[in-house]
Parts: sequence; C-alpha cells; structure tokens
Amino acid sequence: MEPDGQLKPSTLSTKDLPWQVLWSKEKCSLCGLCTAVCPVQAIELGVHRKRVLQITLGLMEKPGNVFGVYHGIRQRTDVAHACIGCGMCDMVCPNHAIMPVHNDEPDKLRFHIDQGGIPRRRGGRRNAPGSLLDEIKFVRISMLTDPALDAGRHEFELRTLLGRILSPEEALRVSREAGWIPPVREIYPLILGGMSFGALSPTMWEGLQMGIAYLNEEMNIPIRFCTGEGGCPPRLLRSRFLKYIILQIASGYFGWDEIIHALPEMKEDPCAIEIKYGQGAKPGDGGLLMWYKVNKLIAAIRGVPVGVNLPSPPTHQTKYSIEEAVAKMIQSMSMAWGFRVPVYPKISATSTALAVLNNLTRNPYAAGLAMDGEDGGTGAAYNVSMDQMGHPIASIVRDAYLNLVKIGKQNEVPIFAGGGIGKNGNLAANAASLIMLGASGVQVGKYIMQATAGCLGSERDRCNICNIGLCPKGITSQDSRLYRRLDPEKVAERLVETVMSFDTELKKIVAPLGRSTSLPIGMSDALGIADKSAAERLGIRHVI
Amino acid sequence: MCRLFSITSKDPLSPMVAIRAIDVMKEGHDGSGVGLFLTDLGGEFEQFHGGPILSGIFSNVGIKSLDRYMLDMEFMTKYKLSFRPTKIPPAGTPRRDNYLIRVYEYPPTWDNLPEEEIQQRLMQCRLHLREMGEMDGSMMVFSFWPDVIMIKEVGDPMAVAEYLGLNRPELQARTIMAQGRQNTNYSIDIYACHPFFIQGIATMTNGENTAFVPIREFLMSRNEPGYSGYQSDSEVFTHILHYTLRHLHLDLETYKHIITPLKDSEIETHPDGPWLRMLKQSCRPMIIDGPNCIMGCLPDKTLFMLHDSKKLRPGVVGGNPGMFAFSSEMCGLDAAIPARDKSRDYQPMKYDTVFVGPKRQEVERWNQMDSLSHLH
Repeated sequence: MEPDGQLKPSTLSTKDLPWQVLWSKEKCSLCGLCTAVCPVQAIELGVHRKRVLQITLGLMEKPGNVFGVYHGIRQRTDVAHACIGCGMCDMVCPNHAIMPVHNDEPDKLRFHIDQGGIPRRRGGRRNAPGSLLDEIKFVRISMLTDPALDAGRHEFELRTLLGRILSPEEALRVSREAGWIPPVREIYPLILGGMSFGALSPTMWEGLQMGIAYLNEEMNIPIRFCTGEGGCPPRLLRSRFLKYIILQIASGYFGWDEIIHALPEMKEDPCAIEIKYGQGAKPGDGGLLMWYKVNKLIAAIRGVPVGVNLPSPPTHQTKYSIEEAVAKMIQSMSMAWGFRVPVYPKISATSTALAVLNNLTRNPYAAGLAMDGEDGGTGAAYNVSMDQMGHPIASIVRDAYLNLVKIGKQNEVPIFAGGGIGKNGNLAANAASLIMLGASGVQVGKYIMQATAGCLGSERDRCNICNIGLCPKGITSQDSRLYRRLDPEKVAERLVETVMSFDTELKKIVAPLGRSTSLPIGMSDALGIADKSAAERLGIRHVI
Repeated sequence: MCRLFSITSKDPLSPMVAIRAIDVMKEGHDGSGVGLFLTDLGGEFEQFHGGPILSGIFSNVGIKSLDRYMLDMEFMTKYKLSFRPTKIPPAGTPRRDNYLIRVYEYPPTWDNLPEEEIQQRLMQCRLHLREMGEMDGSMMVFSFWPDVIMIKEVGDPMAVAEYLGLNRPELQARTIMAQGRQNTNYSIDIYACHPFFIQGIATMTNGENTAFVPIREFLMSRNEPGYSGYQSDSEVFTHILHYTLRHLHLDLETYKHIITPLKDSEIETHPDGPWLRMLKQSCRPMIIDGPNCIMGCLPDKTLFMLHDSKKLRPGVVGGNPGMFAFSSEMCGLDAAIPARDKSRDYQPMKYDTVFVGPKRQEVERWNQMDSLSHLH
C-alpha cells in the first residue's frame, strides 16, 4: 500500500498474484542468491521491522517490548514484477528456504497486466493442461491370432516419407519415361519443429544441432530439425550437416538473404524447405522476435538492425491468393534447388485446412502439409492468441487424412502434425496416436526444450517469459550471462537420450499391435477412447 | 490358426484330396469353415472350357431372382451342378436350399467385345448378384468366371465335404486350393471364407493382417468396383495381387516386393535398388505386416506361395513332376503326395516366392535379393 494509504486500481497484494513466494526465515542464510537469479526481480531484500515482546517471569518487573529488525525476502506485488513461478530461487538456494507456490484461486493480476494499454505478451503455450491425445488408448493388442512382437529384439522399420510420392501407376509411368520423380526423404517420424536461431539461444541451438548430427551419424536415426524463421548460421549452411536441416521460410523472410547467397557453396541439399503460413500457438499471426533478443549476432544472420522488434506479417505479403502463395512459392523454392528438395507448407490447424490440402493435392510440387495445432508453442505472442485462437490437432489430422483417402491420395501428400505432442510427457503415445489417425510424422518443440534443456514452462502459466530474453535456463535468451548457463554438450546428450527413449517407447506401442515393417499410418482400428463424441468424431473405437 | 492346402496335378483330382489334407492338419484349425477353389477343371466341366461358371449358395427365392437376372442379361444356362442336401447338416453348418455351380453361355451381344471388357462385365455381374443377395440373404456368389468353381461353407471341412458329397465324379480339377477355418477375428460370415477371388486370381492366407485397415482404405480408393467386401482382413491380399497384375501390369515377383519390400539397407545394395525404392515408396500403403503365409493361383494356373517378412507362418512345397502340393504343414503334404522325394521339399523363407507353373514340372523360386527378371 502506498505510504499515504491510497489504493490504486492496480494495487495488488501477494494473494492477488498467480504465484506466492514462500520464504523461511529460519532456513535462510541471507546469501542473496535468490534475488540475484530471479529473472523478473520479483523478490528483493526485505528489511522487516518486528516488535518483540519481553515478558518477565517475576511480578516486580513489568513486561516490555522492543522493536527489532530482521533481514530477509520481500515479494514485490507491482504488475511488472509479479513472480512468474519459475522456481529459480529454490534452485539456487543452498537451504531450500524459498519456493514459489501457485495461488489456490484464479489470480487478480490478469485484470491488470495490460498496463499502458498493452495486452499481455508472453512465450510458451496455451494455458490448458488437458490433452485429448492423452485419452487415446491403443486397444488392438495382438494376442493369439497374431503374436505380439518383441519390442526389444525384433527388427523395426519406423521410417516415414517426406515428399510428394507418386501414385503407383504414375511412378511406373514416370520411371519408364525417365521423367522427373519428386524428391522424397526417408526420415524419422519425429521432427524437431521450427525453433529459430534467435528465439533459441546460441548454446541451445548448437546443442540441438550436435545432438541431431550424433543421432544421424552414430545412432542411425534419421531425425531432422526445422530452423524456424530466423535463417541458419553460415557455417552450417556450408557444412555436410545441412542435409539434416529443414530450412523454413516465413513471411518475414528473415535470414533468406544469407541462405540464397550460400546456395552456390552448399555441399549438401537441405532435407526440405518448409514454407510457414501459420503457427498453431498464434494462428493468423506472424512470427515475433522482440527487441530484447535482437543482438548483433541475430541481427547479422537475419539481415536486420540491432535492437528492434521483428514482427513478421501474418501472411506472405507478396501473395494474394492460395494459388499464388502455394503454387508459386513452392515452385520457386523447388527451382532454387533444382527440384531436388521437397518443399511443403506449414499451416496452423484451422477449419479451413482442407481447402489448403485439396489445393496441394493438385500441385505436383507440393511435398506434404504440416499442420500445427492449438497446443503448439511459441517464443513470443499475445496471450489472447495463444489461449483462445486455434484448432485442436487430432480432429484436423483425421479430417485431412480421411479427405485424402476419399480422393485416393493418402500416400501421396504426407501430413505432419504438431502442437502439444507430449505436453504432459507422453511423447511417444501422442505421436503414435496421431500417426494412427493419419499423420506421417510429428513435429515437436516444447517437449524437446523441456527434456533437453530443462525448460520450466508449463500449461499453468509457469515462467513463459521466452519473449523478453530473460529465460532463466538460457534456452531462449540472447544474453551471454544467461545462455552460458546452458552447456551445449549436455543439451546434445539429453537430445540423444530423449530420442532413444522415444524410439523404445514407440516400439513398445507398435510391437504389441503386431506392426514392425512399416509405420502404422492410418491404423485407426488400433485406437480407442472413452469419450463417445470424440470416438465418433475421430472414427475410432469407443471403449469404456 | 488357419490351415492351407493347394495342389496342382496334370490329371484331374477330386477336391476330396485337398479336404483330406486339411483334415490331417486338423490339430491346427478349429474346423469352423472351409473354402475351395477349383480351376483347370476336369470332370463334366472340362467340355465347357470358356463359358463362365457361377458358384454360390442360393435360397429357393434366390434361384428365381438369379434366373430372372441372368435371363435379362441374356445369359443361357449350359450345364449345372446343384447340391440340395437332404441330410441334417453337420454341427455349425446352416441349412441351405441350393449349392449351385452353373455354366453359362455368354450373351450374344458380348460376342465381339474385347477380352478386357468381358472380364470387367463378368466381375460386375458377380458384384451385382452379390449385392442383390445381400439385401435379403437369398444369394451368396463366390465366383463367376470361366473354368473356376468355388465352394464355401461354415463348419468342419470333412463333415461339410461329406454332407455336400464333394466326392462326386463330376467335380474334378487339376488345380485346387483349400482352406480350413472361418474368420475368427471379425464376425462369422461366409464371405470371410478363403480363398478370395477376383477376375481369375485367387489367394488364401493364414495368419492375421495387422495392417488391414490402411490397406483396405487404399484399395477402396482405387476406383475399382471389385475392391469391396472385406469381410475378412485377408481379402486385401487377393486384391493387391489383382492391382499388381491388372492395374500396374507387373508380375508375381513384384507382388512380393510390394507387400513385403526389402528394408532400406537391403535396397541400398540391391541391383535394382532405385526402382525398388520407387516401388516401395509409391506402394507403401500396401505393405503387409504379417504374420501371413499366402497361397494363390494366377490366371495362367500358376500356383504360388509366399510369406510376410517376419515369416511367423510356415509353409512347405513338394511333389513330383506332374503333381505338386503346397501345405501349411508337412503332414498335409504327406497325406496328399506320400510318394515323393522328401529331400526336395522346400520351405520358403521370408525373401522367397515359390511357384509351380502351368506345366507342373518343377518348383521354381525367386529370392527378393536377386535382380528382377522383368526389368532385365
């Protein structure tokens, strides 16, 4: 409260905040580490005045009191310094004397966060912990009629195809006439979804790249990484590791000057080109890299000035129709690499996705379609876009697949699904569900950040400050004081562990279903769900 | 698990040869059904070479509908063999009015039609009759094709064969396929009885097809009216073969590469690697995932057997020049051709396709690792 006793509309108490910082005077060693590490300065040194009663034993002396002072922590309650619940204070405290706890009721901060008339912007994901994918079970277990396979000993071929696949008749015709067969990549069905150099810190990016290279070259897992919209470091563009990279072009075209100039010097073709039209976390909104993160390095790679906001437009400004956007862009990008590289669009999951898909089926250069659901993550977006905009991924993948089945092109235009896969930790199960609903593979971002670098974000609004470059783990920061906390070697190690464990879990799912020789794309008879309306909507078994 | 038996012989045989072989393998099937495919016919049917033969089960009402339909189509009956069992059916076998095998003469208007068109129309007639019959259960049609007879029924194979009197002299064939067991994974339905037939091509399978649903979706989206039914998950094997031969104009050797393609690492070193990779990618939805043993018969009467790439279902082929048999168990082969050089019996492995051509002189074998004959 103000010293004069005045309450302003946005004056908040700690109880009004989403997170309360609990601090123990007894345990605290007053080292100051917590206040130093707090990314938003939500806590500060508190000098607390306290009256101490002095009660005597006898009757002769009267009880008295003294005003003492003790030192400790004070939680700030102004909007700009509200605790984000990241828990770094707890992590650094030698005595575990401090910890944020979530408010037991909805906070009041949300009504005041738009100070200055600017709505809340943040990083992270939709604040909704539930996941339909987690409710899907695999019910068609092979029993006596066909023996279940041994996930540990049997051979599995769990590759997928990225690229335009010709129908058998067409493939044979083109092969006979020695015509052009569109490029197809045989890759692992788990793809690291677009996370840009800029959104991620240099150490995080480097760690992921090392992990990707190791998985490909040592573990025989052909996993791919999509750059997101932020270009690609020049050395990587000119290295043999480019073949593990999917280069993304989005509406800001950031980094493409560098990429185009590197073309004559490329030793390898990239895996593919992803044209981003939309993102699940903020559909209909362009990419955003806030000025905090645009340092000299990022500015150089992206070809922009230092320290400015980099908002990409919501659409590709030079295109005015789907035919232009899809046909011309796909063809231009294909041509740039001599028609040797698959080019596919990525869109936000939306009720209009089928129109895009149908258009793609008529475009012989379209190599697939990636769709990103409402549970996708982002480095920066308006809160309203993240929480309220978007379409669930499961039903749109199913619709798209069945639409392709109807026209007989289910093998020709592969669908890749992203957005909330593994949001509650069930990465392999969620991925397998989407594959059996019709996806050819999945794109994953947040899970990778959580598993490989210890991202603290959650669907209960924990941390989520990726946008301002203050990531306490150094994952999404461009400040060397923060990102040096992250050891790229360790990130690489964790990526390898994560993918190897995903691989085992995926086998543990498909082996009991009796599948091993091909990825069970569209094997919807294996799936069941207790929610009757979801079962009907997805065309899978209703099991209770 | 189902038991399969097929035999090819220069001299016509009674279908009882196959039924007896199935019966010997009885420990391995539950006696819940039997299906027979007879071609290269002997007996009474030999003289009608060329005329389409309709095989099916009809109620008395169904016979009348059939006659009306065939008359309208201007088909004329040339010969018929009907079983009207009077005895009490064996346990599990429903009582039927008529088991019908009828040879027709083509409508005069079909005389100058190209072969392809005739074959298409024959299939459409079969599908139409089947559809008519499905409305009231009055007709079940298994095949309508020259030189092909199919008999299917629910129940124990030997009991059903005796009940129907399949040892009658009129019924003889040089190539016979038989399968014992009904479909137990889905509902009991006579259309789920193997072998399955489409335009001169028949296959039967044992084991379950775990990739059934995506394969069915792929086939049903090929704009081919014959790719329908699917009361059994094994019917897709017949249709994939049909698609390979008639739509892609490829051969049996490629069929093996379509349903069980080599692994990526194996394709790398294969002499026809690039072509096989293209085939594997474009035919990806037809990859089976076993465990299966597939036996089948091509329009030229070549009998073949192959496995899924895990080979969890056995099969053996053996015999003497002039007579060879394929069996899912050795005892079935022993029952049918006891006097043979057993050291020449062959149990194909996961890369093999074995077949006996129309001349019935030897068992031939392709290995998937070999270069493809049709490309060279």
